Amino acid sequence: MSLRIVVCVKYVPDATGDRQFTEDLTVNRDDVDGLLSELDEYAVEQALQIAEEADDAEITVLTVGPEDAKDALRKALSMGADKAIHVEDDDLHGSDVMGTSLVLAKAIEKAGYDLVITGMASTDGTMGVLPAILAERLGVPQVTLLSEVKVEDGTVTGRRDGDTASEQLEASLPALVSVTDQSGEARYPSFKGIMAAKKKPVQSWDLEELEIEADEVGLEGSWTAVDAAAQRPARTAGTIVKDEGEGGKQLAEFLAGQKFI
Amino acid sequence: MAEVLVYVDHVDGAVRKPTLELLTLARRIGEPVAVALGAGADATAAVLAEHGAVKVLTADAPEFTEYLVVPKVDALQAAYEAVSPAAVLVPSSAEGKEIAARLAVRIGSGIITDAIDLEAGDEGPVATQSAFAASFTTRSRVSKGTPVITVKPNSAPVEAAPAAGTVEALAVTFGALATGTKVTGRTPRESTGRPELTEAAIVVSGGRGVNGAENFHIIEDLADSLGAAVGASRAAVDAGWYPHSNQVGQTGKSVSPQLYIASGISGAIQHRAGMQTSKTIVAINKDAEAPIFDLVDYGVVGDLFAVVPQLTDEIKARKG
Ligand SMILES: Cc1cc2nc3c(=O)[nH]c(=O)nc-3n(C[C@H](O)[C@H](O)[C@H](O)COP(=O)(O)OP(=O)(O)OC[C@H]3O[C@@H](n4cnc5c(N)ncnc54)[C@H](O)[C@@H]3O)c2cc1C
Ligand SMILES: Cc1cc2nc3c(=O)[nH]c(=O)nc-3n(C[C@H](O)[C@H](O)[C@H](O)COP(=O)(O)OP(=O)(O)OC[C@H]3O[C@@H](n4cnc5c(N)ncnc54)[C@H](O)[C@@H]3O)c2cc1C
Repeated sequence: MSLRIVVCVKYVPDATGDRQFTEDLTVNRDDVDGLLSELDEYAVEQALQIAEEADDAEITVLTVGPEDAKDALRKALSMGADKAIHVEDDDLHGSDVMGTSLVLAKAIEKAGYDLVITGMASTDGTMGVLPAILAERLGVPQVTLLSEVKVEDGTVTGRRDGDTASEQLEASLPALVSVTDQSGEARYPSFKGIMAAKKKPVQSWDLEELEIEADEVGLEGSWTAVDAAAQRPARTAGTIVKDEGEGGKQLAEFLAGQKFI
Repeated sequence: MAEVLVYVDHVDGAVRKPTLELLTLARRIGEPVAVALGAGADATAAVLAEHGAVKVLTADAPEFTEYLVVPKVDALQAAYEAVSPAAVLVPSSAEGKEIAARLAVRIGSGIITDAIDLEAGDEGPVATQSAFAASFTTRSRVSKGTPVITVKPNSAPVEAAPAAGTVEALAVTFGALATGTKVTGRTPRESTGRPELTEAAIVVSGGRGVNGAENFHIIEDLADSLGAAVGASRAAVDAGWYPHSNQVGQTGKSVSPQLYIASGISGAIQHRAGMQTSKTIVAINKDAEAPIFDLVDYGVVGDLFAVVPQLTDEIKARKG
């Protein structure tokens, strides 16, 4: 029986660009290039490795996002995923994590799955809670923040390196897994992969197809409201000295002045 | 006065500092009711009472350690149903965020993560968050349901505010999902005796410039002279020079100490994401053009192998 893997990938503004908010206090997606969230590359990589170990597996990559988000899907397809689903609808603009997770959960159920894999956090919202929320919505075990993952005979095992301990986890499929950037370097798409990706199917779904009402998502339907966003004032220029043999002592003098010593 | 649930992060009864900070914030919104789970939960009551908890709801069961996250969500939900609070506050640890998030779905509420400040507002609590590697500050609130908010360490002062702290046993029934993810093994992290990275008042970090695991003692010596925690950049961690648990940045720990000292770290955006809210920032780097210098209150352009040991010696001398 085939192992159906769905990987959730997010299209995000490049973190090295000058990221800004728009007037409605949502992310400005026009002035900074978008890309597949680097942390989701690790999710795609683990899906590929799990599929390689399985007798028969199929990887679907799924994104919720505007038109351009197709770029994120293409990247994942060129890495080796089999097909893609793009949930796109004007009414999705400004969705918060509850809205986004609702849409992802409905799309995952419609697509059919044995295993859902996500990144540990997006590089824009950086909440790191969407995986747990998805598991709750889907009613499947959450096996999250894994730095090592394995799937065998319908069981997921993995290692979670927490604050106070490193834990070994186990759950039965269907399950939701999120992986950290410690799980293993993501592969680069090969030329062949990039060419093949162009022929792979990308389905587009809207809210109606997922039987979600417009007022359940988007800015208006959000569970949270952003009332203000202000650019942090640039730090006042500090004192910079060149070490000419006394740099450590000068620094100690500064720290003493600030009462740190 | 409205009650506010505060989820307690503790290790065998020793309450971690971020929870005490939450009690300070909770008092701005209402009367704190603390929820302490697992072994030693009862032992948390005294310190929670001293910091403002009017009530401490406790529960212990093997499920809390044998299965991941969900049993704690079941318990927090039971507390929520028993109290009908005005808000639920949870420390922003990886696990804390997951517990808070699942509770929010269950009770039909919105969630705000990683708040760095909190105050009462006309339409419920207003949270300050920092966005895009701390280049923006936002003010948000939960607009549907009971606000569930996770708060980063070092976001509020710890203040004494003695209250009753009456201990009550919390009745918890575990749902079908509670036993979904089994914890089959656990290796506790070895204590270094240094302060916890996210809670430390001073953090001393080393990066690729440290050039080898064998040189990291230079960073540790400086940290020890200041009673500080040790951090590392991802480049240093990826090279195997220092454990991942000490990584500062987007995919490591996010720190907000009074003083952050970066040595041999260039200041890439992903590193800045984890330390930019530090109150005072100091850097030592041999490249005057390194982006970290844009952030600093004091910077030394120089070789860390000369500057850091001299600094450590000088601190030791001054401290006598
Ligand atoms: C600066 C900022 C702050 C925000 N704060 C809040 C807040 O406090 N509360 C709130 O409700 N919303 C908030 N949002 C909105 C929230 O980030 C988005 O709704 C987002 O789609 C879900 O959160 P995340 O991407 O941060 O999820 P994370 O939990 O960080 O992402 C984890 C994983 O979920 C998957 N994933 C996330 N989004 C998608 C997607 N659209 N398509 C496919 N897979 C996806 C990816 O695999 C990703 O690696 C914030 C957004 C920004 C930009
Ligand atoms: C998705 C993603 C997530 C990431 N998450 C993180 C994260 O959590 N944390 C993080 O740190 N990075 C993270 N990174 C990596 C980040 O982009 C940088 O690569 C990393 O921070 C660089 O580390 P560094 O400053 O130590 O090394 P470099 O950028 O190589 O800088 C080394 C610096 O040391 C200086 N130096 C060298 N020798 C000496 C000397 N003898 N004396 C003084 N100075 C010297 C050099 O001038 C240079 O400025 C992430 C990247 C990605 C893509």
